[in-house]
Amino acid sequence: MPLNTKTDARLQSALRQWGAHDHRLLQVLRAVQTPAGYLSAEVLAAVADSLSVPLAQVRGVASFYSFLSTEPVGDFRVQFSDSITDRMDGSAALLDKLCRLLWAEPGHVAGDGLVSVATTSCTGLCDQGPAMLVNGRAIGRLNHARIERISELILARIPVDRWPAELFEIVDIVRRRDLLLKCELEPGAALTVARRLSPAELIGVIARAGLRGRGGAGFPSASKWAACAAAPGPERYIVCNADEGEPGTFKDRLLLSQHADLIVEGMTLAGYAVGASHGLLYLRAEYLFLRDGLEQTLARRRQAGLLGATAAIPFDVELHVGAGSYVCGEETALLESLEGRRGIPRNRPPYPVTHGYRDRPTVVDNVETFCAAALVLLAGAEAFRKRGTAQSQGTKLLSVAGDSPARGIYEFPFGVTVRQVLQAAGAEDAIAVQVGGPSGTCISVDEFDRQISFEDLPTGGAFTIFGPTRDIFEVARSYAHFFAHESCGFCTPCRVGTSLLARVVDKIHAGYGTRHELAELEQLIAVLGKGSHCGLGHSAGNPIRDTLLRFMPAYERRLASADFAPAFNLDAALAPARRMTGRDDPAAHLGEGS
Amino acid sequence: MSEPNPPRVRLATTSLAGCFGCHMSFLDIDEKLFPLLERVEFDRSPLTDIKNCGPCDVGLIEGGVCNAENVHVLREFRANCKVLIALGACAITGGLPAQRNHLDLGLCLQEVYLTEPSLARGGIPNDPELPLPLDKVYPLHEIVHIDYFIPGCPPSAEAIWKVLSDLLAGHTPYLAEPLIRYD
Repeated sequence: MPLNTKTDARLQSALRQWGAHDHRLLQVLRAVQTPAGYLSAEVLAAVADSLSVPLAQVRGVASFYSFLSTEPVGDFRVQFSDSITDRMDGSAALLDKLCRLLWAEPGHVAGDGLVSVATTSCTGLCDQGPAMLVNGRAIGRLNHARIERISELILARIPVDRWPAELFEIVDIVRRRDLLLKCELEPGAALTVARRLSPAELIGVIARAGLRGRGGAGFPSASKWAACAAAPGPERYIVCNADEGEPGTFKDRLLLSQHADLIVEGMTLAGYAVGASHGLLYLRAEYLFLRDGLEQTLARRRQAGLLGATAAIPFDVELHVGAGSYVCGEETALLESLEGRRGIPRNRPPYPVTHGYRDRPTVVDNVETFCAAALVLLAGAEAFRKRGTAQSQGTKLLSVAGDSPARGIYEFPFGVTVRQVLQAAGAEDAIAVQVGGPSGTCISVDEFDRQISFEDLPTGGAFTIFGPTRDIFEVARSYAHFFAHESCGFCTPCRVGTSLLARVVDKIHAGYGTRHELAELEQLIAVLGKGSHCGLGHSAGNPIRDTLLRFMPAYERRLASADFAPAFNLDAALAPARRMTGRDDPAAHLGEGS
Repeated sequence: MSEPNPPRVRLATTSLAGCFGCHMSFLDIDEKLFPLLERVEFDRSPLTDIKNCGPCDVGLIEGGVCNAENVHVLREFRANCKVLIALGACAITGGLPAQRNHLDLGLCLQEVYLTEPSLARGGIPNDPELPLPLDKVYPLHEIVHIDYFIPGCPPSAEAIWKVLSDLLAGHTPYLAEPLIRYD
């Protein structure tokens, strides 16, 4: 069946923008699917045809990303952010309310195709939750009044473009500035410094500063850049990982909206250092509202001669937008996604520095790392390394969320203790802090003097606070479901293991758990840690491991006293047969048993 | 003076919602039955026709749990056996009988006994002698704690022998890949 004129026009325009290449598949699919639309079988076939890729591959990609849909969705597609902080802010009641007002059921299209309401993983508005996306556009600070307003707009079928702008207002709250956020960049200033140095000298400066990757792993940036520069290849690439998907993290949102010049400047420096003239910035789909601003920054820099093939440092940046997948924050999954495929992590080695984007030597760094690199050039390596600890130089942006009266971004020198951050955030009564999101570490009161640093508590930036009334078991359960949802499905230990973990904590939640389940959890965590293909699986057991260690009573008080109990009521499992046969004799029932 | 014979290991076996294929595979250990019988004595088993399980060292169960009687038998085994082993695909996953799990039991009974012409005049059997079917077919480990699993449909005689001989020798049972490879 041929495409209708409108869809065909969108496809043609996407092909003009991205080119008819197989590695553009994801961006073409993104462009062809309108915010409220879906990718029908005809569209998938037309895309496969235009890009000369097998239909199976197109379907594989379309079905992998949660923001691409191969089934019809409502004209208004509502996705509630389902991070633990959204739940703590009351998102469940608001979702119920919206569903009631719209006569909708979560996960289904309602009102003759008018609306679909569902949940999605953390959208990065934890400082102003609960949050949602409507047709891909972010709305924060949800409350009953706003939900009522949104339901009225939907029922009146007002297009989202004409909704009041204040609904979409995202505020960046900076509570503490240090070296990085105090830096006022004159665009091009860091490049001017860099051009006085040879690429090798530039890498030397970065090495002297001790800069390490800010995404959480802390790999020394200079080593990465030097390895990429030394790798043979006709072209090299610089990739900025702006797929900030770790629940509880939102510091890149601030940098992307307020400090875009610093990011691009850092990428350009990296390009100069390794001899790359192409940069790619991969923005998570949840941050679509930042795209126009970023494009403007890029355009402005091109105009100012700071970016582009003819700039003093010939280097340009292309903006890619993701499509809703946590695992794409892993650098090799991100490269796969940039190449238009499913976001399945690659085997390492070879590492991206030798075989990265399209198999070429590639530097993949976090948004904050590029900013810090530019800062090193501006402030000098010595000033930079004066902040921080022996092995963690400089400062770190923390996304403080959860039970704090002062949520927002805090920039602290590395080495700051958890207690100091809690004091600054007015949250001294916290019982637990999740440092680095679900894949990080959950610590309790006894460890609040530990330091944020690569040598003690590394973090990509999430700092989620749980106050005295919180049930830590529910926190771990929410994270278990998060990993089960986000597992890419490639390797069995992770695909099955994350689901089993979620199922076992659900069993404990339902009151059917026993000591047997606690042992089961330990065993599953060990298998995930050893058997999984990538970091997602390796860390998927962390929230349960940490909370079993520190908050055992939260589990114990839910356990049944037996050695083992089924996850369901056995007598209730006979109810359908009792109803159909009309029997109610003793043999038609099952007791608790032995 | 010779060493006194070690006490025999007491072994019980049963089939719940299974086809006895696993038991057939068990018998396929052939001549190894003789050394086995020197070391074990059978309690409840289709081989002995003992109706109820007494205190045992090892219980082998094939088949999933599809009705109330299966639950009672499984509980009896769990209460009496020190080590309980799920034998074969149905015991481990529900297997073939679990293909009914995506159907609604009520609608199933209705279609078979009320609306289809063949049995329509019989009505849904409600004799208290008959065990009531559960809403779904469950694997053993969702009802009681299971110590070991022997996969396969059926597991090979070698796999069954390996697990039993490991247990008799006091090893933790281990099935290397060739014994759990099916292609």
